[in-house]
Amino acid sequence: MTVPSAPCASRSSLWGALAAVVAAAALLAWSAPAFAAWDLQQLMDSLARNKSGRATFVETKHISMLDRPIESSGELVFTAPDRLEKRTLKPKPESMIVQGGELSIERGGRQYRVQLQAQPQLAAFIDSIRGTMAGDRQSLERNYRLELQGTQQAWVLQLVPRDNQMRGVIRQIRISGAQDQVKSVEISQADGDSSLMLIDKSTAPP
Amino acid sequence: MSPARRRGAAAIALWLAALLACAALISRAHFTTDLSAFLPRSPTPEQRLLMDQLRDGLASRLILVGIEGADAQSRAKMSSQVAQRLRTDPAFVTVNNGEPVNSERDREFLFDHRYLLSPAVTPQHFEVAGLHAALRDSIDLLASPAGLMVKSILPRDPTGEMVRLLEDLDGASTPRIVDGAWSSRDGARALLLVQTRASGSDTDAQEQAMAAIQAAFDSAAAASPGAKVLMTGPGVFSVTSRDAIRSQVSALSIIGTVLIATLLLAVYRSVAALVLGLLPVVSGALVGIAAVSAAFGSVHGITLGFGTALIGEAVDYSIYLFVQSEHGGADQQAWVQRFWPTIRLGVLTSIAGFASLLLSGFPGLAQLGLYAIAGLLAAAAVTRFVLPHLLPRGFRIHDVSAVGAGLSRWVERAAMLRWVAALVVAAACVVLLLHRAQLWSPNISSLSPVSQADVALDTRLRADMGAPDVRYLAVVSGADREAVLHSSEQVAAALQAQVDAGELGGFESPSRYLPSTATQRARQASLPAPQELEARLVQAVQGLPVQAALFQPFVADVAAARTQPLLQARDLDRTSMAMALQGLLIEQDRRWTALLPLKAPQGGFIHADLIRAALQAAGVPNVVFVDMKSESDRLYSGYLHEAILLSLGGLVAIIALLLVVIRSPARVLRVVAPLAAAGVTVVAGLVALGHPLTILHLVGLLLIVAVGSNYALFFDRADASAPIAPRTLASMLLANLTTVAGFGLLAFSKVSLLQALGETVAPGVVLALIFSAIFAKRSHG
Repeated sequence: MTVPSAPCASRSSLWGALAAVVAAAALLAWSAPAFAAWDLQQLMDSLARNKSGRATFVETKHISMLDRPIESSGELVFTAPDRLEKRTLKPKPESMIVQGGELSIERGGRQYRVQLQAQPQLAAFIDSIRGTMAGDRQSLERNYRLELQGTQQAWVLQLVPRDNQMRGVIRQIRISGAQDQVKSVEISQADGDSSLMLIDKSTAPP
Repeated sequence: MSPARRRGAAAIALWLAALLACAALISRAHFTTDLSAFLPRSPTPEQRLLMDQLRDGLASRLILVGIEGADAQSRAKMSSQVAQRLRTDPAFVTVNNGEPVNSERDREFLFDHRYLLSPAVTPQHFEVAGLHAALRDSIDLLASPAGLMVKSILPRDPTGEMVRLLEDLDGASTPRIVDGAWSSRDGARALLLVQTRASGSDTDAQEQAMAAIQAAFDSAAAASPGAKVLMTGPGVFSVTSRDAIRSQVSALSIIGTVLIATLLLAVYRSVAALVLGLLPVVSGALVGIAAVSAAFGSVHGITLGFGTALIGEAVDYSIYLFVQSEHGGADQQAWVQRFWPTIRLGVLTSIAGFASLLLSGFPGLAQLGLYAIAGLLAAAAVTRFVLPHLLPRGFRIHDVSAVGAGLSRWVERAAMLRWVAALVVAAACVVLLLHRAQLWSPNISSLSPVSQADVALDTRLRADMGAPDVRYLAVVSGADREAVLHSSEQVAAALQAQVDAGELGGFESPSRYLPSTATQRARQASLPAPQELEARLVQAVQGLPVQAALFQPFVADVAAARTQPLLQARDLDRTSMAMALQGLLIEQDRRWTALLPLKAPQGGFIHADLIRAALQAAGVPNVVFVDMKSESDRLYSGYLHEAILLSLGGLVAIIALLLVVIRSPARVLRVVAPLAAAGVTVVAGLVALGHPLTILHLVGLLLIVAVGSNYALFFDRADASAPIAPRTLASMLLANLTTVAGFGLLAFSKVSLLQALGETVAPGVVLALIFSAIFAKRSHG
């Protein structure tokens, strides 16, 4: 009997990879003011200027095994320079924090910690988010092929992993936004399942 | 042949035969440098367990390896190459450096045995309600950030046993990973954790293991000239301390012999006298080693080092014979009549002192005692009964009367220094009083031959590994594995309650990796038959966004698990959990022991009393709560106390012996006073210099008494009006110099045990001689 070869890589990556995806999406949610002649570099620059804030999210997951999509919702809190918390309130309270080189997940009264360095894929993921935050396009392009579409008022940034192994899990990430607002993060998995997180900064408590 | 010559021939023949027998014994002797020889022999059962663990247990087989220098990427690469090479070496059981070598196998093991291993497997868990709750949890988990990871195993494991097992195993804090290999927190070193097949007390095997690690590193580091490898661990300690003891003892014995021989040659001015004078020493050493080997089965390196120093004392007897005999050593019969009784008493006092060590609870001290007794007896006997017959006709040494005459004048004036001496001793007493709280070294490590630098390296690498010191343990013992595992499960239940209450951060238990047969059977019995499970699943999915048909693989897995062979210890082989089980479940002398190390809650500490009470309340027989720190403190203070009592006993024995032989309390006092004064002064000096006393200092004090008693006895005469012969004074000075040379060298040893002896004895015997001269009864009444 063998274990399914799915990415149940270890305890740490068990919690790691998708968390990272979500973290990435959430970090990208803090976007930037607009400029006249608008391109990828300017999007990066403006993202780098972003400091702290909070927003609410609603996430819908489409999983082929399940009869209907599952929905979760909660709050995102970002604190410059490198701390992001995703606080899920429904259906079950759960918190996920990325800070420095550590990812921690609190669930059902237990806390799990993951060293990002222990997971090169995950680290690449988080680092690329850092790259985005810092407006470090070079670092971001080390791990992803980037493609920016649309206009400043309605843009879509598409991230496709360069690494084959990573592409075996995540096909692509599409982040859409308007001006300095990230509106949604859509993650398409290699097996056809997907998730869509809608982010609303206006309804967040101050 | 005259009767005297016949006796001589017989004595020589007997001596040679004895030497041959000793040589035969020594040729088969086993020499050790095992650190535990200087740890007590008969502690409590818990202490014995700890000792055994220290010597042979899993911890003793671990070598921590650090790679320093070069840049992080090269270090990680070297780490990987070293690990790869060591993994193919059968001398190593496991080699961990953070690379995921075992994780695939571990996962497979956990997944295949999840229904036998998971504590969640109960009949209720597989009822409709239980299944419904478990499925709902799993679907919730799908929605969580971790969902991606559990998605693929959901059809086979919808009740989440795998997740549960992985969560339970989470707890070991592992080092951070840089470039795919373990790294220290400060990022300056790559780290590996290696487990040898041989136990830590198998020093030869440990030495080979270290050589293999070094060789693997050397070939990996060919491209990185700046890199170096560091190793630490109990096995490494035993290898380095053996090397240290070996090189120190051989260097000391060579230097000591040369020094003493030069001294003797300078005085005797006769090579024949030198060679003859060393015969008792050689005989004593051979008899000493043979006696220790016969009595203990092995000879410790420290005993040999001690023996080297004892050359300086054993040679005294022949010095007395040669120097004190009239006509430059020609008239030995007169010497035997006049001086032998005094020397015999000196030998007896030494033996009375050392005999107390024979009773010591730790074999190292008992060895020293036996070596000293056997060696001194042999040296004295050879001097008395063999040496006179070996001296050639017309044997004489250089006349030392002139030196003796000079000494006599000094000695006559020595009494004037009484007040000075009294002041010195009084000052020493004051120092002792002031430092009485810091008199004894509070640290068990003061006995270890491991250098401070090595200990510091060990601490650093251990901290790097994030390996916490295990201070608290629950220890379960029993007659067989099953009983111990069963008790462990009960203890684990009691401990889990404390974890839930926040009193504990967690704990380890062998039953986590290998549940008792009874528990495994109970878990199998909790699993419903396939048709029954299918029927329950149909009901359980009601109201959940999932079809029962999805879980066909689950039904098949459960059906297989119902009749799956029960988990055995060997099933864990080649998983990383085998190492954990081996460390936690120990068979020894047909007794089984389970260790359950406890972890303090985060940011808090363990309330020992509370946990002890909880364990008591659980009512599991044969379980003890062990606090390693207080246990080792108790151990140390226990045998320090014992050694002090034994030394005092030795002192009492010496005084009793002197009283019996001399029959005059006043004279006994005069013999003992200079020795006591010397001891007090030396101890005060050591303490004032910041050297707290250890047990080896106590042995040193006994030696001061043993050696010094000869001086004091020579100065002590029933008829005080007769001055001490100048030759006797000269012989004492020479004997003193050889002793100081022998022990003085030890004071420069890097092995702390030997150093302690040296720094006590060398100044002590000088003081004993001086005080004996000062406190001697004045010859003019």
